Amino acid sequence: MRAQFVLSEVWIGLRRNLTMTMALIVVVAISLSLLGTGLLFVKQVDNTRSYWQSRVQLSVYLCSSQSLENQCAKTGQVTPAEIANIRSELNSNKDVSDVTYLDQKQAWAQFQKEFAGSSTLHDVTADQIPASFEIKLKNTEADAGLVANLASGYQGVAEVVDDSSILNNFYKLLDGARNAVVIIALFLLVAAILLVANTIRLSAFNRRRETSIMRLVGASNFYVQLPFLAEGMIAGLVGWLIASGLLILVKSLWLNGLQSYFPYGVTLTTTDLVEVIIIAMITGVLICGSTSFLTLRRYLRV
Amino acid sequence: MIHFDNVTKTYPNQGRPALENVSLDVEKAEFVFLVGPSGSGKSTFLRLVLKEERPTEGRIHVAGKDLARLTNWKVPHLRRRIGCVFQDFRLLPNKNVYQNIAFALEVIGKPRRFIRKVVPEVIDLVGLEGKRDRMPDELSGGEQQRVAMARAFVNRPMILLADEPTGNIDPATSIGIMKVLDRINRTGTTVVMATHDAAIVDSMRKRVIELEYGKVVRDQSRGVYGQAY
Repeated sequence: MRAQFVLSEVWIGLRRNLTMTMALIVVVAISLSLLGTGLLFVKQVDNTRSYWQSRVQLSVYLCSSQSLENQCAKTGQVTPAEIANIRSELNSNKDVSDVTYLDQKQAWAQFQKEFAGSSTLHDVTADQIPASFEIKLKNTEADAGLVANLASGYQGVAEVVDDSSILNNFYKLLDGARNAVVIIALFLLVAAILLVANTIRLSAFNRRRETSIMRLVGASNFYVQLPFLAEGMIAGLVGWLIASGLLILVKSLWLNGLQSYFPYGVTLTTTDLVEVIIIAMITGVLICGSTSFLTLRRYLRV
Repeated sequence: MIHFDNVTKTYPNQGRPALENVSLDVEKAEFVFLVGPSGSGKSTFLRLVLKEERPTEGRIHVAGKDLARLTNWKVPHLRRRIGCVFQDFRLLPNKNVYQNIAFALEVIGKPRRFIRKVVPEVIDLVGLEGKRDRMPDELSGGEQQRVAMARAFVNRPMILLADEPTGNIDPATSIGIMKVLDRINRTGTTVVMATHDAAIVDSMRKRVIELEYGKVVRDQSRGVYGQAY
């Protein structure tokens, strides 16, 4: 193996094909950075989702003297016996991991804290805020509907609210953004594949003299094809390097800014970024390498 | 060294075979002229020896190897034992004499020390002393063909195939080319030369195989070009 010889052939090939090589590098860089951004999005959404899933709650609001719900109109304010009954029913439910009771006073205190400074606070009186059970589920949202249905049937229950349903719209937005980025990245990757094939084909055509002589004097297939293969891979690697830079920028300038809208504890770590960059590298090198290889099989037969 | 056994080669979409029932033997260190008009099958013969084409029928042995049983990835090893020279020289225009010859060794992975040793030797053998740094476009046709012969011979092949090596060269210069081929032949290398050049064939008095419409019509030791006409 003559590494120096192969490297000089690669250099000649890259130089002769300069415009195509540059186009290839740019497309690879953009498609990989978009793919990477998509993956960062996926990670952010997954992190957010798991953050909320570990906190997924049902709020079971009980009838107060002011409740307007039908079932409350019939039975009036919830009695201590009913509260005890609901508590034991909930505690014995196998899908429920934790039950917390907030009486009207505590609920009012929490309400005042959450709406501090809001004009709503003046229109609401303490006896309008119902007592509630905050339920943590063992499993994810799969069980939420089941427990909610059950709980809404108990005597003294005004309303059951599934907290995770409030987040669903938010998720939809994030998922949509992620899908758009990934789809654009996939289109660009297809463009990158076609460009690699075309670059290699041009390169093989440019150097048909050399390759025909190489075949004639008995150079092995590997030797004939290696410079072209390396050419594709190097273009892929340079594209990846640029993409890595862009991804670091995306993370530090944009996603970190976005982070302030997410709850504490849901941050993208450097590990996440490195992971995405490595995935981008593997994708880039695999795509460029395998496309070069397949193209060469067509254009450089023995 | 080269053994053809009832070889027929028909190219796709062509009625008449390019070679038909050709059986012949070329021994080690022999010098053979392959003569015949254009389209008589000379080039097909050479391509079959290199396994650039496969015979439609019949068997071919080259350097003791049955070509039908030679796997694709072993074909390069066969070609390392065969040197080739063409009418159009096929030199690399951006490499000088030395680099053109060294290229043949570099691409089969020979170590640089070996290349530095043998390339000057073979430059001397073909009579290009002092021209190792010239580019191909600074050389005459005859000199370019000498470079091509040096490249074909530098790996000491067992067989040298020459397809009309004097086709682009004037008669006076051709004599020099033939002398180099003769010198190569004397090292024990089998030489097969396809040619139209009657004067050369007549002057060399070597074995002559004449092809016509893909058939061997004459196989004569110490032959001349035009006897059949």
